[in-house]
Amino acid sequence: MVTEKDVQHIAELADVGVSSGELGTFTHQFNAIIEYFDILDRVEGKCPVTRDLFNILREDEIEPSLPQEEVLRNAPAKEDGFIKAPRVM
Amino acid sequence: MVDAEDQVIVGLEVHCQLDTKSKLFCGCSTDYRSDGPNTHVCPICLGLPGAMPALNKRAIQYAMKVAKALNCEVLNESEFSRKNYFYPDLDKAYQITQYDKPLAEGGYVEIESDEGGERKIRLTRIHVEEDPGRLVHMGNVERGKYSLVDYNRAGIPLIEIVSEPDMRSPKEARKFLNKLRAKLEYLSVFDSEKEGSLRVDANISIKGNERVEVKNITSYKGVEKALLFEVTRQKNLIRRGQKIERETRHYLEARGVTQSARSKEQENDYRYFPEPDLRPLRVKSWVDGIILPELPDARRERFIAEYGCSLNHARTLTGELKLANFFEKVVASDKAGLAPLASTWIADTLIGELNYRDMSLDKVEPAAMTGLVLLLKAGTITDKSGVEVLRVMLDQRLKNETVETPDAIVKRLNLAKTTGDSGAIAAAVEAAITENPKALEDYRAGKGGALNFLVGQVMKKTRGKADPAELNRMLTEALKKREA
Amino acid sequence: MSGEIAFNPDDKYNAFLTTCRKAPHGTGKLAGVAVAVKDNISTLNIETTCASKILKGYIPPYDAHAVGLLKSEGAAIVGKTNMDEFGMGTTTENSGFGPTLNPCDTTRVPGGSSGGSAAAVAAGMVRMALGTDTGGSIRCPAAFCGIVGLKPSYGRVSRYGLIAYSNSLEQIGPMGKTVTDVSTLMGVIAGYDRHDTSSLNKPYNHTPKADIKGLRIGIPQEYFGKGVDSQVAAVVKKAIGRLEELGATTVPCSIPSMEYALAAYYVTCTCEASSNLARFDGVRYGPAADTKKSWHDAYQEVRSAAFGPEVRRRIMLGTFALSSGYYGKYYAKAQIARENIKADFNRIFADVDVIAGPTMPTIAFKLKEKSDPLSMYLADILTVPANLAGIPAISVPCGKSEGMPVGLQIMGRMFDDERVVDVAYAYEQAVN
Ligand SMILES: [Zn+2]
Repeated sequence: MVTEKDVQHIAELADVGVSSGELGTFTHQFNAIIEYFDILDRVEGKCPVTRDLFNILREDEIEPSLPQEEVLRNAPAKEDGFIKAPRVM
Repeated sequence: MVDAEDQVIVGLEVHCQLDTKSKLFCGCSTDYRSDGPNTHVCPICLGLPGAMPALNKRAIQYAMKVAKALNCEVLNESEFSRKNYFYPDLDKAYQITQYDKPLAEGGYVEIESDEGGERKIRLTRIHVEEDPGRLVHMGNVERGKYSLVDYNRAGIPLIEIVSEPDMRSPKEARKFLNKLRAKLEYLSVFDSEKEGSLRVDANISIKGNERVEVKNITSYKGVEKALLFEVTRQKNLIRRGQKIERETRHYLEARGVTQSARSKEQENDYRYFPEPDLRPLRVKSWVDGIILPELPDARRERFIAEYGCSLNHARTLTGELKLANFFEKVVASDKAGLAPLASTWIADTLIGELNYRDMSLDKVEPAAMTGLVLLLKAGTITDKSGVEVLRVMLDQRLKNETVETPDAIVKRLNLAKTTGDSGAIAAAVEAAITENPKALEDYRAGKGGALNFLVGQVMKKTRGKADPAELNRMLTEALKKREA
Repeated sequence: MSGEIAFNPDDKYNAFLTTCRKAPHGTGKLAGVAVAVKDNISTLNIETTCASKILKGYIPPYDAHAVGLLKSEGAAIVGKTNMDEFGMGTTTENSGFGPTLNPCDTTRVPGGSSGGSAAAVAAGMVRMALGTDTGGSIRCPAAFCGIVGLKPSYGRVSRYGLIAYSNSLEQIGPMGKTVTDVSTLMGVIAGYDRHDTSSLNKPYNHTPKADIKGLRIGIPQEYFGKGVDSQVAAVVKKAIGRLEELGATTVPCSIPSMEYALAAYYVTCTCEASSNLARFDGVRYGPAADTKKSWHDAYQEVRSAAFGPEVRRRIMLGTFALSSGYYGKYYAKAQIARENIKADFNRIFADVDVIAGPTMPTIAFKLKEKSDPLSMYLADILTVPANLAGIPAISVPCGKSEGMPVGLQIMGRMFDDERVVDVAYAYEQAVN
């Protein structure tokens, strides 16, 4: 059972934002789905250890990078070759 | 011994950039430092939608070399995981790293303990991960602040070496790092000269108290300073009866202080899970095939045995790969003949002069140093002149002037030792005695300082070229003559 | 480049998000063939949005590996097709740019998430299209629109350039009017790609064969049980009867692990999606994040405005399932469940060559019929097992119910894509 507070916390962790109007609906839907997930409690067995593919590696070889204008092309804000991002301090 | 209650406990997490040609998961060149922002970037390291990582084999080989050299155990199976968090320097909003199945576990590094003798600092694990991009903070309070991101660094391969909390002082932490750095250099997996190639997070506590994580120590020299600051801060808090909070603090290099990172930042919950786009590693069997080069400890012992270096000189000379190589090149033409002088002149004099100039050893050719050592060995110049020649040599290189050989410098500055036969020393001795009757008197009165004073006077007159032993002999003779 | 084809369709079903009025093409197996590409597959210099406002205006600087292969065989990429945002849906109603309508009945959904590709093929706008299938996203719309769609074995088609929703489950696959077209397209896109570490060197060089004499077909009881529309079940049973007439034998079987297949699927895909979709923050592409704000605030603003509700719901579900203390209960358990499902399939495939059943439990829903997320998720129950196990599965039209197409699903052993294609081909040839 998750509460509206839990959903709020999860929304913050995921940086998706939930408005107060949506909170009730999301919480209700969440609980229905999570309750359905509980069927996994019945699953027995060991965590898979064997996988068919392993040691898939590439050689240390240089390949061309993108031209700077291609890197910046899709960025909504840029400055002097840098990509502009929100403040962190 | 420190008071048990005051016992400092330090553990380190060392992030070290591996010196591969291409990035960890893409073919972009790692040689980005002299280029403009966002010029070594592709869909993979920019985290463009749809791009997928492909693991660089050499990065794993390098990491395993380190694991072997640090006595770690490579795990049968290891895998990559995603560490999920939002930050503008993190292009995919997760870092591909290793979590519950690291490449290697255990191992140790031996350091010289504060009490003398060797001490083992245990390692917890070594894992491989990608470096995030680089942030530049812009703007001001009035006009608004923002960040600028350069993703050139994003995807550079890192190893994180995590130690157990086995260090007991900031000094031990420095020794641990120096030793670790030397080992990494010897393995040729890492270039310590590249800015930001080694970064450290430290966990520090005073026994019985909460521990504090100090992040963002970007140079190995900063570690001791940051930890010393923390020890003082924490001890002061305890003394005042306050509680130490378990927290993360940032080290501000420029001010030499740590600052609480507490902010409205959400609590971290990294939601690790296995990276679905990479396959597991089963590389334990590669360990046997890894041939390790001679490592610092072995080389130190060899320098003592082969060159007769003192323990201290051997430690200094082998503490940095470049220095050890330099020394061996300098003495190569005549190991037994040149090593005794060369070890002192390199470990003591040269290092001091380089540090004074903030100059790299790279600028000095071993041959020039050999030339200087040969002049000293032949007795052509005095130690004092030797220092002068060395200074001229370094200054010429530092200022990119025409470089002269040590011989040429000696000739041009007329620094060749003045021998006893020549009249110059004799004349200087006579003049010194005549000009300083007080000293002669003192000498006659048996005051030991008088002789030294006169030696100094003669040295001044001969501009240091007189051989000290020769000078002493002549001066004593002259004084005895006057006594008679 | 050897030519150019004009492409100006009357897109009354909203199948396309982008059309290329003049599409260049080269020479090869698909010379001059108009191929539509689902909008979650990166196309060089053609806007690629995953039907999400958060990628509006995003122009990839590279082609997905599969797209490169299409081009190298001469195909003309004529447009990008509508879909459920990031592939999250079963109806194509979750598109950020309006739903696609089912060409068979415009009051109904085309299925999803590759609804645009299915509609474009069904309406005859293109001969073939690329879709992607994470939990049925190729087979469901193929069934609902009456076309053929193949989800290849995991690893046979490179995912490089496919904008990840759930990496461990999804594959790019071919959609077409006929099994032959689907097989031809599969032949072009399959093969090894060093950029995708799950890629296998298993190229597909196959011409469909209609001979299925002696074929053993497993009929799992779960595919005809609770929740499966009885009329749909009847149509499919009849189709299986046709296969028997062609010389195949049917063998009843059971997949007990299907009990938790859907939960395992939704846990896996939401967990992976929560991480995959974290990168959409308005910094490197997409609508601008307010750089004067602190990063969490700026990201939340962009992401809450530009992601649709289903995407936000799945991101939150995955975030919850991976959050501290829940990994063992959800993600780890889901991976064990997948192993159990694989084991069930292996056991069955020891005795049979293919497994057959309905693709979807019902015919295409009415638009807006499914509003509750959980009831929508339940519609995927018959398609997700193949994704969880990684095995190939094809949907081929097998008749109608209430005038709407029904799909017959054929699942095969791992890497036995050729066989499921042959069985579908045999059926198609028999009824046409
Ligand atoms: Zn790159």
